[in-house]
Amino acid sequence: MKNQTALEVHNLTASYQRKPVLWEIDFKVPSGHLIGILGPNGSGKTTLLRNIMNLMEADSGYVKIFGKDLDEVRSRLSYVPQRESVDWNFPASVREVVEMGRYRPGNLLRRLKSSDKQKVKASLEKVGMLAYADRQISELSGGQQQRVFIARSLAQEADIYLMDEPFVGVDAATEEAILSILSGLRDEGKTVLIVHHDLQSAYQYFDWMILLNTRLIAAGPKEAVFNSTHLREAYGGKLNLLSKLGEIIAREQFPLREPDFKEKEGSGDE
Amino acid sequence: MNDVWAFFSFSDPTVRIVSLGTVFLAMSASVVGTFAFLRKRALVGDAIAHAILPGIAIAFMLSGTKNPIVLMMGALISGWLATWAMEYITEKTKLSNDTAVALVLSVFFGIGIMLLTHIQHSGTGNQSGLDQYLFGKAAGMTEQDLWTYSVVALLLLTVVISLYKELKVYSFNPDFAAVSGLPVKAIRRILNLVTVLAIAIGIQSVGVVLMAALLITPAAAARAWTSSLKIMLFLAALIGGISGLSGSLISYLSPAMPTGPWIVMTLSIITLLSLFFAPRGGALSRLLKQRRHSQKILNENLLKVFYKLSVERKLEKSGLNVAELLAERAINKSDFAAAIKRLKRKNWLLAEGKKLKLSSIGLVEARRVVRLHRLWEMYLSQRLNLKEDHIHPNAESMEHIISPELEALLLKELDFPTQDPHNSPIPYSN
Amino acid sequence: MEAFFIIATGALVAMTCALLGSFLLLRKMAMLGDAISHAVLPGIVLAFMISGSRDNFIMLIGASLAGLLVTLLIELLHKKIHLQEDASIGISFTWLFAIGVILISAYTEQVDLDQDCVLYGEIAYVPFDLIYFSGGQLFFPRATIISGLLFLLTLGFVLVAYKGLKITSFNSDYAKSLGISTLAWHLVFMSMVSVTTVLSFEIVGAILIVALLVVPPATAYLLTKRLKQMLVLALIFAVLSAIGGYYLAVFLDASIAGAMVSFAGFFFLLALIFSRLRARSLKVDAYLKE
Repeated sequence: MKNQTALEVHNLTASYQRKPVLWEIDFKVPSGHLIGILGPNGSGKTTLLRNIMNLMEADSGYVKIFGKDLDEVRSRLSYVPQRESVDWNFPASVREVVEMGRYRPGNLLRRLKSSDKQKVKASLEKVGMLAYADRQISELSGGQQQRVFIARSLAQEADIYLMDEPFVGVDAATEEAILSILSGLRDEGKTVLIVHHDLQSAYQYFDWMILLNTRLIAAGPKEAVFNSTHLREAYGGKLNLLSKLGEIIAREQFPLREPDFKEKEGSGDE
Repeated sequence: MNDVWAFFSFSDPTVRIVSLGTVFLAMSASVVGTFAFLRKRALVGDAIAHAILPGIAIAFMLSGTKNPIVLMMGALISGWLATWAMEYITEKTKLSNDTAVALVLSVFFGIGIMLLTHIQHSGTGNQSGLDQYLFGKAAGMTEQDLWTYSVVALLLLTVVISLYKELKVYSFNPDFAAVSGLPVKAIRRILNLVTVLAIAIGIQSVGVVLMAALLITPAAAARAWTSSLKIMLFLAALIGGISGLSGSLISYLSPAMPTGPWIVMTLSIITLLSLFFAPRGGALSRLLKQRRHSQKILNENLLKVFYKLSVERKLEKSGLNVAELLAERAINKSDFAAAIKRLKRKNWLLAEGKKLKLSSIGLVEARRVVRLHRLWEMYLSQRLNLKEDHIHPNAESMEHIISPELEALLLKELDFPTQDPHNSPIPYSN
Repeated sequence: MEAFFIIATGALVAMTCALLGSFLLLRKMAMLGDAISHAVLPGIVLAFMISGSRDNFIMLIGASLAGLLVTLLIELLHKKIHLQEDASIGISFTWLFAIGVILISAYTEQVDLDQDCVLYGEIAYVPFDLIYFSGGQLFFPRATIISGLLFLLTLGFVLVAYKGLKITSFNSDYAKSLGISTLAWHLVFMSMVSVTTVLSFEIVGAILIVALLVVPPATAYLLTKRLKQMLVLALIFAVLSAIGGYYLAVFLDASIAGAMVSFAGFFFLLALIFSRLRARSLKVDAYLKE
């Protein structure tokens, strides 16, 4: 199980309003690791996660999960969006939000089974939020909100977890608790990818790293990635040429791929 | 046709009053609305327009007159109150801004309808004509109305012109305005006030329900043609004025036709046409641009094929035939024929019987494309650390995009390489 | 009896709107409801001209098509032409509404609709259009039956689709990541809103529907943090507004729909004051604790 390829991102190019934010990202991730996705602000970390989850359309390239398309293995993936991306004034209880982790397209119109409810309870227990199950989410602190999101993700019982900035705006105790949960998942052979922006803690937290700045700087075991050459390259600013080209593409409405162009090797889902 | 002449001779005083009044109202609303548009507050304008109704009804109930100045005071107060309520609800409660807008709009409007029907049913004899505020009734404009509205319109224009700079900075970037020490709060209040005022007089011509169109639609049309605020204000006023005139013309020619909805109709059509056909931002120009790009891509791809076959593989004796070309790169027949024609017209290809050959200027162009492709591959492999077998697809599209300026940068940064990552030579002009 | 039927019809429409409006509010799409309610007008008028009657079914089709058209137009202007969203909404619905008014003026002979009806409906006439059952023994106003069926349909929809509505409103990206088709849910929900707008059109008028969609849910939302409570409270405020509005309208001899909305607005004002006072007292408590 360990070190089989969990996730493959192949020549992924993605853009917002036609301006490329990811250029030709290409890497493979082995299973059973705690992986940090690192890079400066605006380097495309969130975009990468959104592309993996097919929440936006890529201009080119593809993503394979355990060698398959996302739709075939969706239940093996769990996505934790940024905490700020939802309105926490939404009228719902902690339990209701975590129950969403058991929702599937097939059971939306039915009641949840008692086994589902058990799993929800177990996930709440794991993040230390069982006592707050009936609290309304608008009454939670930032750290508690994040724990709820983690619990919802745990309730999905996936093999790959993709988390967008789970450590932002949480207290030290929560940060430690979340980290130990995630390490636990790793030890069970699960793969956890985390978008993270704090270099100080990164080396200590992760055992594998993906360093991004619009382009891929390096991906691999942390010892190979986390060195001054790579970091300088990632944090030394954008490549002038690349951003100029991006501006021309956005302004001139150029296609990022020629319409008749077919990629020869490994054209999976195109 | 005679009717049209009769209209434009403006000999009929009613026509004169109505058309002049409508044009003034539409123009001042368009100018003020441009700022609402830039501040992305189109729907707030809609809400204020609806919210004016109870003010007018209460002003009438209290005063018992239909004096435009009295009614306008009522309108102003309730419009102002609505603006404040929307800001208060958004700031102080967990309700989102759009909910606050819809809420204020509908509650004020409901109260207005209730009061209006109350006035109508109580039948004081003087109430007729109040419902014109719902859909507007420009045809009922009197000379006194015209004077009042012209003065207000003039006042609005004066405010906009004298505070032009402040309004401009504030509308584009309120944060920047605050940082640079402008009195943003005062500017916001003035802008709110002129907006309410413009709406209060504007509803005379189109009514509360359609007022949002008079504010926003001209600005959206103007925006498609220019990005300069001055020209935009001028264009918006022009478009508003033309629509006002055409609305009154139509209802003059066919009295059953309501003026307000026809003003909005004209406005919407002008705007939709602008959005599609404007040379810069229009949808059509974008389509044309995309078509030009795909032609360029095809041209350059063909040149590359010629270059590869004739220069690098030295297949050329007396030119290449179509089959040889198509064997190298699959292109559909009609596109291929069109591209060949274009290349011939540019004198990049020369025909010799049934065979085709690169001309000397074609060769320069072909070299350029191949060079850009290989330079970019070099860049991808050196700067983006892409593996050799992964760089070709990206270079395939970027070779058509890289401008001469970027090429110069690329050459400098890569220090004039002679070979690409696949060890093919990079062709320079000399 | 007349009063009862008017209140019942108003309450049923208001309750339908309260259920759908709660989710409209949570999805932050209140203004889209506003746009749709204006834009159905040309569809209704055209259906009228074609069928020559107030046949509900044809009106439903016409108005639904108009509702769909305005959604597509907004989408086209916003996504393809890159016009900002608020302006896209504002331009689209005013245009369609203008077309509707022009059609009414042009074909007054064929179209038995006046402009006032567009704005505030004809709920007062509800008791005069009756349908008889079991040989004339039993009769109900047509509008009461229609709004009753509509309410049952909506209630059933909300009960069955509760989970789907909840997750797609709260966190649509997450729902998508689970493989849930958020687009399909959006379309189904907006169709329900369109259908409600059309069927309630004669009763409260196109524009006041927005008030019933937004105001009772917003009032409930200020008072509770639970979704189920919010739905129940919104239903209660809807019914109270219908009752209070009727008697207020009788007292003032004014539009019933307008008075219903005024009453709903009054409840919102109370809830606003209450929630502000509560927030202030919580602040004081917190201060005293420190």
